[in-house]
Amino acid sequence: MSTHQFEILLLASMTAVTCALPGVFLVLRRVALMSDAISHAILLGIVLAFFWTKNLASPLLIVGAAVMGIVTVALTELIIQTRKLKKDAAIGLVFPFLFSIGVILLNRFTGDIHLDADCVLFGEIAFAPFNRLVIDGVDLGPQSLWTTGAILVLNLVFITLFFKELKLATFDPGLAAALGFMPVALNYGLMSLVSITAVASFESVGSILVVALMIAPPAGAYLLTDRLHWMLAISAGLGIISAVGGYLMAYLLDASIAGSMATFAGIVFLFVFVFAPERGLLARFIVRRWTKWNFASDTLAVHLLNSEMAHAEDTERIVSHMNEHMLWDTQYTSEVIAQSIQDGLIRKTGDKLSLTPLGREKAKESISKK
Amino acid sequence: MIAFFSDYTVQIVLMGSIILGITAGSLGTFAVLRRQSLLGDAISHATLPGVCLAFMLVQTKNPLPLLIGAALAGWVGTLLIMLITDTTRIKRDSALGIVLSVFFGFGLVLLTIVQKMPTATKAGLDKFLFGNAATLLHSDVMMMLNFSVIIFAFVVMFWKEFKLIVFDADFARSLGINVRAFDILLTTLIVASIVIGLQTVGVVLMSAMLVAPAAAARQWTDRLGHMVLISALFGSISGVLGSVTSSVFLKLPTGPMIVIFLSIFVLISLAFAPNRGLVWDWLRFRKNRKLIQETSMLKNLMLFSEIHTDPFHPHDIAALTAIGRGAIDQTMNEIRQKGWARQFPDKKWALTPKGLEEAKRLTEEFEEQFDVDTSV
Repeated sequence: MSTHQFEILLLASMTAVTCALPGVFLVLRRVALMSDAISHAILLGIVLAFFWTKNLASPLLIVGAAVMGIVTVALTELIIQTRKLKKDAAIGLVFPFLFSIGVILLNRFTGDIHLDADCVLFGEIAFAPFNRLVIDGVDLGPQSLWTTGAILVLNLVFITLFFKELKLATFDPGLAAALGFMPVALNYGLMSLVSITAVASFESVGSILVVALMIAPPAGAYLLTDRLHWMLAISAGLGIISAVGGYLMAYLLDASIAGSMATFAGIVFLFVFVFAPERGLLARFIVRRWTKWNFASDTLAVHLLNSEMAHAEDTERIVSHMNEHMLWDTQYTSEVIAQSIQDGLIRKTGDKLSLTPLGREKAKESISKK
Repeated sequence: MIAFFSDYTVQIVLMGSIILGITAGSLGTFAVLRRQSLLGDAISHATLPGVCLAFMLVQTKNPLPLLIGAALAGWVGTLLIMLITDTTRIKRDSALGIVLSVFFGFGLVLLTIVQKMPTATKAGLDKFLFGNAATLLHSDVMMMLNFSVIIFAFVVMFWKEFKLIVFDADFARSLGINVRAFDILLTTLIVASIVIGLQTVGVVLMSAMLVAPAAAARQWTDRLGHMVLISALFGSISGVLGSVTSSVFLKLPTGPMIVIFLSIFVLISLAFAPNRGLVWDWLRFRKNRKLIQETSMLKNLMLFSEIHTDPFHPHDIAALTAIGRGAIDQTMNEIRQKGWARQFPDKKWALTPKGLEEAKRLTEEFEEQFDVDTSV
């Protein structure tokens, strides 16, 4: 692996972790699409800051973008507060408007510089290592590695410092407000973090793929754990897997790195969605099947126990009549009987079924439960 | 000007944007009312891989296969969103975000692959991102027309059912309507209406074409039928304005221009729509506040008059200020003009017989209405 490749991989992983951390709170607070809104709207902030400074490398671009992120949140809240429109419509109106102004300004006034809507939408991580940070003639590595690193630290510090507050405001906003934790201020703090993260990340992965890295890993982690600190850690892990896997995929297909990372984030999510223990599609299918079989063999055992205690006619226990007594179809009945015999709950003597001691115990237990 | 509108290309562009505005505006009404505004955003982004895959398969610039690919991808995305929200505890917003960004990312991967294919000279797939009305052909517009006729046929045919599931899905279910099936049908129509706008507005901003006209129309009416009509009107006017400006001033992309005009309609509607507009809200608020101030001042005057043998004895305004609040001078002026009070020298005020009568009437009305006794 060349240094160039290593640097890209490192930057991609760092970006993924930086995005995943605030993403956890977006997913839990049900405002995942604010990341979409913010990452689009900051284009206008960058363009305006660029008109002001005339310098693409200026840190003011990040400030402009972050401010525009906050403006997006504030405008959306303002529209919601008028009660004229619902939240989703408000989000869906504000960011296309701001983004459109940004795109039009770009097209109209910045024909010949390297800043166009494509590069903002898609980013190009492959070029990131060419922009070096050189101080006193010493090459300190790609500049974006330092920016992303700084914002990663910022995210970590914010979340560590306000962990308790964020946790309470996320899971019980009412209580948080009552205890004076200022959920509104905290919300704006979080949204500023999302804006800053989006700015730093989209140079390498582009604005729409920032959304993939902010939402897909935390959503996957949400299916794997019930604890907030674990969710943060797992999200970061899934983010790194997405970044590394995406890079490999891009290398093999000779395709867009950012696009591949988003695709791989989707693949990782799909994997978790299907195979997660407890909450995965497969686990839920197995549990449902098991519950169904368990219920069927319980019912059969209770039926046999009843006929045993009532000293009923033997016809109640004859295999060939069992489907009538249980109101099941023949096929299903014989499957349940076979399963129950295999589990050692009943035995078949000739044409008659009877409970084993184990089966009797289970039947009694399931009656007493009710 | 006349020469401009008789130009063949311009006519094509105008027709295209009118068809688009009407279709997206009407279908958007349902999306906004069902609080699915952001579904359009997710679907339109999700169409990108469909466009690219279709191109890789058929290797043609003919838009029909590309748009069918787009529709299929958008539809798969929608079903995935439903699957994720139905089977896990992941909420709708996250599911939308995942489908939107992952599908779009996959679309980008395919786009970079397509661009490296020797047969493809970019294939004009770029225009699917931000749209370009100026490149619309006669055949494109005819296709849009066909799509939208089919969409409207369904809307008209199932108008009653759609109306029911929008406003009261539970009631619809109790009537034996298959809500799930109509939900999927309605969403499929929304997908179709997104697809016809892809060439003009592009995947990135197509959602605004659905949401904005409907959000603006909502302010003007409380009836579904009217809302659909108004929304279609706003959509087509914005479509025309956006397409024309972007065709006249080269360098201006069509999609963003349409969005700007749509946003202006939304702003105007939020502010000035009769009844619901913010301006009317503000005027109502002021009127109510004035009424409350006047009646409470009258009440205070009556309280003073009750503790004096002569009910029309003047009292110092300072005493009134002590128990009243807000814009005292203005309020006193208003009630004097209504003939409820008289002003005396040295800033003293007294009730008039008419004012006393009015105060008593108000007190009685208040006691009756709330069943309380306010006598001291």
